Amino acid sequence: MDFIDNLNIDFDGQTVIGIDIGSTTAKIVAVKDNRVVYSCYERHFSQVRPKTLELIKRVKDIVKDDGIKVAISGSAGLGMARAAGIPFVQEVFATGETVKKFEPDTSVVIELGGEDAKVIFIKGGMDERMNGTCAGGTGAFIDQMATLLAVSVSEMDELSLKATRVYPIASRCGVFAKTDIQPLLNQGAAKENIAASIYAAVANQTIAGLAQGRRIEGKVMFLGGPLYYCKGLRNAFKKALKLDDENAVFPEYGLLSVALGAAIYASGQKEVFTYDEIESKIEKSTHERTVALHGEPLFKNREEYEEFKARHAKASVESVYPPDYKDGEAYLGIDCGSTTTKLVLIGKNGEILYSYYDSNKGNPVEIVRAQLEEIYKICKDNIQIKASAVTGYGEDLIKNAFHVDFGIVETMAHFTAAHHFNPKVDFILDIGGQDIKCFKVKNNAIDSIMLNEACSSGCGSFIETFARSMGYGIEEFSKLGLFSTGPVDLGSRCTVFMNSSVKQAQKDGADVGDISAGLSKSVVKNAIYKVIRATSVEELGTQIVVQGGTFYNDAVLCAFEKEIGREVIRPSIAGLMGAYGAALFAKMQKTEKSSLIDREKLEKFTHTSKAASCHGCTNNCQITINIFNGNERYVSGNKCEKGAGLKESSKEIELIPNLHRYKRDKFQKLMDDPGDGTRGTVGLPLALGMYELGPLWYTFFKTLGYKVIFSGFSNRSVYTKGQYSIPSDTACYPAKIMHGHIETLVDKNADMIFYPCLTYNIDENISDNCYNCPVVAYYSELLSGNMESLRNTEFIYPYLNINNKKELAQELYSVFKNKSGGFSKKEVRNAVDKAFDAYREWMRDIRDEGVRAIRWAEENGKRVMILAGRPYHIDPEIGHGIDNLAVSLGFCVVSEDSISDLTTPPNVNVLNQWTYHARLYAAAKYATEHSNTELVQLVSFGCGIDAITTDEVRAILEGKNKLYTQIKIDEITNLGAVRIRLRSLLGALDFARYSDI
Amino acid sequence: MNDNKNSCAFAAAGEDSRVVFTEEMKKDYTILLPNMLPRHFRILSKVFQFYGYHTVLLEENSEEEARKVIDAGLRSVHNDACYPALLVIGQFISALESGKYDPHKTALMMTQTGGGCRASNYIALIRKALKKAGFGYVPVISLNFSGLEDNPGFKITIPMIHRALYAVLYGDLLMSLINQTRPYETVKGSAEALADRWVDRLVDEMTHHTIRYSTVKKNYDRIVADFAKIEKTKEKKVRVGIVGEIFVKFSPLGNNNLEDFLVSENAEPVMAGLVDFLLYCMYNPIVDARLYGKGKKTVFIYKAICAFIQKKQNDLIKAIRKEGSFTPPSPFKNTLTANEGYISSGVKMGEGWLLTAEMLELIHDGVNNIVCAQPFGCLPNHIVGKGMMKPIKEKHPDVNIVAIDYDPGATRINQENRIKLMLANANEAMTVNA
Repeated sequence: MDFIDNLNIDFDGQTVIGIDIGSTTAKIVAVKDNRVVYSCYERHFSQVRPKTLELIKRVKDIVKDDGIKVAISGSAGLGMARAAGIPFVQEVFATGETVKKFEPDTSVVIELGGEDAKVIFIKGGMDERMNGTCAGGTGAFIDQMATLLAVSVSEMDELSLKATRVYPIASRCGVFAKTDIQPLLNQGAAKENIAASIYAAVANQTIAGLAQGRRIEGKVMFLGGPLYYCKGLRNAFKKALKLDDENAVFPEYGLLSVALGAAIYASGQKEVFTYDEIESKIEKSTHERTVALHGEPLFKNREEYEEFKARHAKASVESVYPPDYKDGEAYLGIDCGSTTTKLVLIGKNGEILYSYYDSNKGNPVEIVRAQLEEIYKICKDNIQIKASAVTGYGEDLIKNAFHVDFGIVETMAHFTAAHHFNPKVDFILDIGGQDIKCFKVKNNAIDSIMLNEACSSGCGSFIETFARSMGYGIEEFSKLGLFSTGPVDLGSRCTVFMNSSVKQAQKDGADVGDISAGLSKSVVKNAIYKVIRATSVEELGTQIVVQGGTFYNDAVLCAFEKEIGREVIRPSIAGLMGAYGAALFAKMQKTEKSSLIDREKLEKFTHTSKAASCHGCTNNCQITINIFNGNERYVSGNKCEKGAGLKESSKEIELIPNLHRYKRDKFQKLMDDPGDGTRGTVGLPLALGMYELGPLWYTFFKTLGYKVIFSGFSNRSVYTKGQYSIPSDTACYPAKIMHGHIETLVDKNADMIFYPCLTYNIDENISDNCYNCPVVAYYSELLSGNMESLRNTEFIYPYLNINNKKELAQELYSVFKNKSGGFSKKEVRNAVDKAFDAYREWMRDIRDEGVRAIRWAEENGKRVMILAGRPYHIDPEIGHGIDNLAVSLGFCVVSEDSISDLTTPPNVNVLNQWTYHARLYAAAKYATEHSNTELVQLVSFGCGIDAITTDEVRAILEGKNKLYTQIKIDEITNLGAVRIRLRSLLGALDFARYSDI
Repeated sequence: MNDNKNSCAFAAAGEDSRVVFTEEMKKDYTILLPNMLPRHFRILSKVFQFYGYHTVLLEENSEEEARKVIDAGLRSVHNDACYPALLVIGQFISALESGKYDPHKTALMMTQTGGGCRASNYIALIRKALKKAGFGYVPVISLNFSGLEDNPGFKITIPMIHRALYAVLYGDLLMSLINQTRPYETVKGSAEALADRWVDRLVDEMTHHTIRYSTVKKNYDRIVADFAKIEKTKEKKVRVGIVGEIFVKFSPLGNNNLEDFLVSENAEPVMAGLVDFLLYCMYNPIVDARLYGKGKKTVFIYKAICAFIQKKQNDLIKAIRKEGSFTPPSPFKNTLTANEGYISSGVKMGEGWLLTAEMLELIHDGVNNIVCAQPFGCLPNHIVGKGMMKPIKEKHPDVNIVAIDYDPGATRINQENRIKLMLANANEAMTVNA
């Protein structure tokens, strides 16, 4: 491919070569007689050094005997340049050189590479930024998303151009975005719209993550592979930045800008090489093999592998050729997973009559339809389907589409299958495409469930995408790993980190087999140390069953056995266990006749879907309306029953006490009554600590004669409004959303905005100390420094002692004495008194309501869920309506602060020094004292302090044989995973109850 | 002497399960110290030994050992716990598992500040990790000055603190001189070799019964003179400031040998010493008294301590200035006001206002390139580090600050690439200015 041959470039006649080795591609530019004589852009499939050598050989005849200046750039070029002794130039710097040379009036450059995103500000103070370590959303991410949609990257681009709407997709991290996209696919959202949404997410992330408050305007140049190839992505950026064609520049050398920059850099260097020197330098570095950390090979030799295979072949299930089946009755199980769809038809004794396992290709409904057709073909008169059950992400969709008899939560389906396989099983590990699930089993019931958090993925689809990106199919890729002599150590964190570990290994010369084996080990380590968090093999139990499609990969299976030093059972139907369990479950239900769609109706089956927004409540969920057979309506994507259009049941739900809702209603009342103060308007951002002390400050300012306005509850658009000024992308969502609240108050023309710095929170005398977390305590400092919109509005954030009325009044007096016409000391003191009365009354009322809720639950035989976290987790956007979901599942919901005073504080093994956390510990203790009460802990992603509280809360609960459930929340807008969690909890509770009897 | 702590009923929560370090244990227990600053801590360890404690400083001598530490940390600590916790616990667990020490005759020591950052809970995390790994009987000694936990077998005495202070000051002096010499030395390794010789000598002095301050000051002079004698080139190199979360700022294990990397990239690392952090900790109660009226009665103690340490720091600065070859660290008096106009001194969790102040001091001293090192997801650094970059850059447009996250999964190549970008710009700016 020749891109920019004959481009003129003034190098005083020097012969110059620029080489750019990125994470996935290698590029070269050769300049002679002041013009580009050769250029090339190719994937290097991790063969970094051979590829470079190949490229350099291509220019041999062109540069011949000239004295050559050369420089290497790019993230994967660093190590090689060093080893070869060739000048190196940092890639962003190189890009800057190119832009200055060719397009000097550019104000901003945005460059997306395989794994890096960069923004270079040129006008108004040069500033160059690269994405931090936790930020996907780049070329590799787009590749992964295309895989997810089962299309090629160029097909995805074409699809995106036909989009009619854009879904909000978490834009911070690739893994999170994936969690958002997957359910959209499963709900039947159109691929066109998803493709466009992916691009919009990439654009948003780049802008929000890298601009960090600096505005991108003027002439913007876009560089790098993804922006060169994807029209949809270009459009997304133009739209997000509101750029016209004139100011959005997509140069023809977009792919080669770094290589060109390297050439420009080289032209200014003194060192001159001959061609042979360059070649031999690179050649020599090629033979170097410097990876520091190679692990043990998976198998020493082929014999060992054969033995391993033979051992696992023993764990198989009988299958019967359908025409030979005599018993008649059959049961269907469907597992509509995140990336694959599985169906199993079993006979009376669990024998398999038919099974299917394949990628759902982004359209599970169609796959299930085709498979049902297939099954009906097989089911002659000798086989009648007596019952059917569906599990997995697409459970509701498939259940409604085909009138499947039962839905079963996937954790229970997997347990049922494993239990059938080995009744003594005490540990199950399931690694699927997107999920890692593991269960510990005690007394024939699930004792604890662990699911991977969105951040520690590294599951099946990850290896697959990686294999593909290196130019291999998954099977071939895993085979190469089996006999690698030195698997590389790639670490075990999130996929973004793993990408860069692979990059480093490639740089150091690891081959594909070493990487494949290394990835298998990483997936296993991820599961053991991150998800299960085991410290020793003993914790895992003795009867271990592993399942999930990923364990078909012998490299992963072997790595797992090696890591735990113990043999495990991998059923031959490892990938079908969910479906098999569902089928077993259907069988256990003992129904007479299945409601499953019959043969005739299936022939006429139709499915259309369209996107919509639900306006049932303030959540404004993005929903998908599916129409089956022309008239059966099924809504997906809704967070509560309201969205599903079930008006009747939503009334019933409103009767169930929900302290989160109750607290929100209380805040709504404050907001509805700003007062008619004449001293001016005070704006209070309803975020972080204001969810605790809001009533106190409200009363304080109202008493002083101010009109008090709140920013209101959060929603997605509040977040995006303030997104541009967030300096630290890895802060928690409740903090980041604060920026939008401040913007809202500025828009509402508040005379001043108040959010004090409180090192210490209210002391409730149940802890060693009463700190706030650093973010809650000092976020105002950050807001003041980073939000331009605060320049014209007075922002007041004094350091206050909230536990000493006298000190507080004194401090507030010194802040306010000269404001708004002035206040006397007495006035301030009076307002402080009133404020504390109001706060105490507020808390008393919440606690009374907590008691009422508990009593109601007792009287009505309902379970109580302590949906525990921080006060700000009641926010509809931050909590994502999980409280409503819990209520719709039959729980009566209370908050941690409404019941934490009903018990004595527990002894904890940590320094109990934060007010909010002390309530958590007390709430956990309360749960252990009441059999009808469960605690579910909400944890905001990025909350470092919760690394401590979660362990402690778990210890308190599990110490008294209570189940611990943790839900990590972030920008993610989909509740699919949460629903599984809560239903698993219910399932486990029910199972336990049955086994009690 | 603690007023930070609330007088409430549950100060002893969790204490029931704590293994106490008894006087009996003092006799024959080995006390393992985690490593943060290799030279400082080698001298410090000697101070403890002088007072009869059998301390051993944990050191990783190879990449493989470092990997072992990280692996042990990963196994033992919560996924989301911060990197320093992971490394410190990793050091302890891998040492206990190494077979070098009899776990039944070993205790661990860890500092505990009692601040509002999760770092105050390292001790709790260590105990949990120990329990999980089957070492639940190993006592963990909290080294704190705020009365958080008490161990009869380990007494912090005024003379001991006094001696330890000299260890810190010596360490700071050596660090500052190494950083100013190493990039320019004509014989590679001479600065570090000299520093190591001095550490050996100082370690030896720490075992003397009395330490005269006049000797300490004389040592300062000798050390500075020795360093001045090292032959250096006259090149001009980019000076790069390092600020950050205390552990990853200082620990080579935590920051992937950041100082070495900078030197290898032709830059001169510049960083404030450990004594600044100590002063910051001692200064916070004074701020608390001013802002919240907390502990007004005892504040004079902290004021006295601060004045005492500041005086010692000034003597060290004087020694460097007198000789004239090196730039002395800036006195804490200047640090105290450097953050004015940017962030309040009330921000006292983690490195708090000190981190911002250090960046501004560096800029004031003409160091326009700064690496801000933090563990991935460090809470205080959202505010005092990343949160202050925009306001700093607004007033100092020529300044280049790069935030680098450290984490067991973060690769060196990504970190180094970002630093290289900063250096490329810095080198260009230096050429342009020249």
